[in-house]
Amino acid sequence: MAVDNKLSIMTVNCKAPLLDVVVAGDWLLDSQIPDLELVLAQLGDGSQFKQLVFSTEALGRWDSLLMTELIRLIAYSEEKDIFVDTKTLPSGIQGLLALVSAVPERAGVRRQLIQVPWLEMIGNSGLHLQNDINALIIFIGNLTLSVAAFFRGKAHFRWLDLWRNIQDCGPSALPIITLISLLVGLILAFVGSVQLSLFGAQLYIADLVGLGMSREMGGLMTAVIMSGRTGAAYAAQLGTMQVNNEIDALETMGFDPMEFLVLPRVLALIFVMPLLCLYADLMGIIGGALVTVNFFEVSLVEYLHRTVNSIHILDLSVGVFKCAVFGVLIALSGCMRGMQCGRSASDVGDATTSAVVTGIVFIVIADSLMTIICNRLGI
Amino acid sequence: MSSPCLSIKNMTMAYGDFIIQRDLDFTINRGDIFVIMGASGCGKSTLLMHLIGLHRPISGDVFYGDESLWQADYKTRQRLLRRTGVLFQSGALLSSMTLAENVALPLTEHTRLGAQRIRQLVSYKLALVGLAGFEDYYPAELSGGMQKRAGLARAMALDPEILFFDEPSAGLDPVSAKLLDDLIRSLRDHLGATIVIVTHELASIFAIGTYSVFLDMDSKTMIASGPPKQLLAESRDPKVLRFLTRGASENSNFSAIKASGA
Repeated sequence: MAVDNKLSIMTVNCKAPLLDVVVAGDWLLDSQIPDLELVLAQLGDGSQFKQLVFSTEALGRWDSLLMTELIRLIAYSEEKDIFVDTKTLPSGIQGLLALVSAVPERAGVRRQLIQVPWLEMIGNSGLHLQNDINALIIFIGNLTLSVAAFFRGKAHFRWLDLWRNIQDCGPSALPIITLISLLVGLILAFVGSVQLSLFGAQLYIADLVGLGMSREMGGLMTAVIMSGRTGAAYAAQLGTMQVNNEIDALETMGFDPMEFLVLPRVLALIFVMPLLCLYADLMGIIGGALVTVNFFEVSLVEYLHRTVNSIHILDLSVGVFKCAVFGVLIALSGCMRGMQCGRSASDVGDATTSAVVTGIVFIVIADSLMTIICNRLGI
Repeated sequence: MSSPCLSIKNMTMAYGDFIIQRDLDFTINRGDIFVIMGASGCGKSTLLMHLIGLHRPISGDVFYGDESLWQADYKTRQRLLRRTGVLFQSGALLSSMTLAENVALPLTEHTRLGAQRIRQLVSYKLALVGLAGFEDYYPAELSGGMQKRAGLARAMALDPEILFFDEPSAGLDPVSAKLLDDLIRSLRDHLGATIVIVTHELASIFAIGTYSVFLDMDSKTMIASGPPKQLLAESRDPKVLRFLTRGASENSNFSAIKASGA
C-alpha cells in the first residue's frame, strides 16, 4: 500500500469570460490540500466571468475531501451567477454531485442546538421538580390501585414473575448482605470499644452492636445495598422494556403494566426486605462477637447473654418495620424511573442512575422521619 | 474489474459446539454487489460478523486482498478493517449523539482533520444519503428509514473500499427500499466501492445483486453461487428455486413461473 501521494493542486486559469479550474494530484483525507479561499479570491465578485469549467486530466486518486471542496466552490460560484459546467468533471464526481443535490434540504428542517443560559437552567430544573412530584403522586396512586386490585384478587400478573423476583432479590442477595453486615458489626464493635474499654465496660459492646444493628444499621445497610442492587436492576429492566416497545405490547394485549410488571416487583421487595433485615441483624451481631471475643477478654457466652438481654422484641420490630418501608421506597423509585424511561440507550442509563439516587434520598428521609417519630413516642 | 477484493477460504463458523455453516469458500470481486442470501436463521448475519472481524471462525480464514484477517495480529486487523464500513440492521446509531456527531466520530478518531473540515465532510455525507439539514437531530427523532440512511452515512465516513449491509431494506416500505437500493447502486458506481449485502428481500436481490451465494440451513453450507438472475434461470436445486420464487416452485406451474422470471 506504500503509494506516495501526489501533491494536490487546484489552480485557476482566468480566460475571461471563461474560468478554468485545474484540479490535479491526489485528493485524499490525509492529503495536504491547497486553501480554497485563494481560489475563491481569484473569482473576485464574479462580474467578469460567465462560466466555470474544470480540467481534471492530471487528477489522481480522490475521495470525499475533493467532493467537499468542489461543493463549496460550486455553491460560491452559483451565488455569484457564474454557470458551472459540471460536465467537465469525471463521471464519478458528476454522479456523486447529482446524488448530493437529489434530495434538497427541506425548508425549516435545519436547527441549531441552543445553549441554555444558566438562569434558565435553574428555572427549568425547578419546573422539572414539579413535574417529578406530579409524576410521583400519579405513580403512587396507580400503584395503590393495583395493590388494592391484588388484595381483591383481581390483579393480573403471573405468580411465576413474583416468585422469580423474590428469588432475585432474596437468596441471590445474601452473599453481599452477609459481607457488608458482618463488617458493619465489626466496625461498630471496634468504634464502641475505644470508649467503653476506658471504663472497663467492654461487655457493653454487645448492647451497642445489638441495639445499633437491630434498630438502625441492619435495616439501613440492607436498604442501601438493595437500592443499588435491585432498585437499579428494576429501572434497567423496565427501561429496556420501554426502549423495545415491550411495555406498549403488554398494554395492547390488555395488561396493565402497573399490575403486570410493577406489582410483582414491589410485592417481592416488601416480602423479602424484612427477612433480609433480620438476617443482616444476625450477621452484624456475629461480626461484633468476633471482635469482642477475640480482642477484649469477653467470653462468647457472656457476649450472647448480654445481647439477648439488651435487645427487646420492640427493637427488632422497629428495625424490621423500617426495612419494609425502605423496600416499598426502593421498588417505587426503581419501577417509577424505569417506567418513565425514554426511548434510547442513554435514557436507560439515566433511569438507572436516578432510580438509585431517588431511592437513597427516599430511604434517608424516611429513616430520619421514623427515628424522630419513634423517639417522640418513646418506642 | 474482477480482481478479488475479499476471499473466504474453507471457513467454518460455530457458536460453541453448534456448527452454523461449514466449508464456505467464495470470492468477492472488486466492484461487485455481492448478495449473501438464505432463509432466516441460516447464518447469514453470522457470516457477516465473521467478515467484519467481530467473530473468529473455528477454521478457515478471510482474506482482504491477499492479507489474512484472522492470522493477523490485532493491529493489522484494525488496519484492514479501516477499509470497511458496516451498516447494521437497525442503523446502530449511538443514541446519545446527534447525527453529525455520529458521522464525525470515525473521522475525529482516525484522521487529523480540523473541526471545520469535518463539519463539511459530515454535511456532504448526510446530503449524499438525502439527509441534508438533519445534522443536529438525535436518532430517536428520525424515522426508521432515515436512521438507516444516517447509519449508511456513518459507514461511509472514512470512504471505505468495502461496504457491508445487514438487511438494508428490512423494515422499510417498498418505495424507501427501492430508493435505498438505487442509492447503494449509485454509490457503488460513483465511489467504486465493493458492496456486500446480507438480505432475503427478493426484489433487492434481483434489482442490484451482481453475484450471490446461497446458504442452506439443513446441509449447513453454501449450495449455490452465481448472479441471482442466472441462479433463478439455471439452478436445479429445489431449495434455491423455492427461495427465489417465494415458494412458488412447489406448485405445478413451476416451469411457467421460471420462464416468466427469467
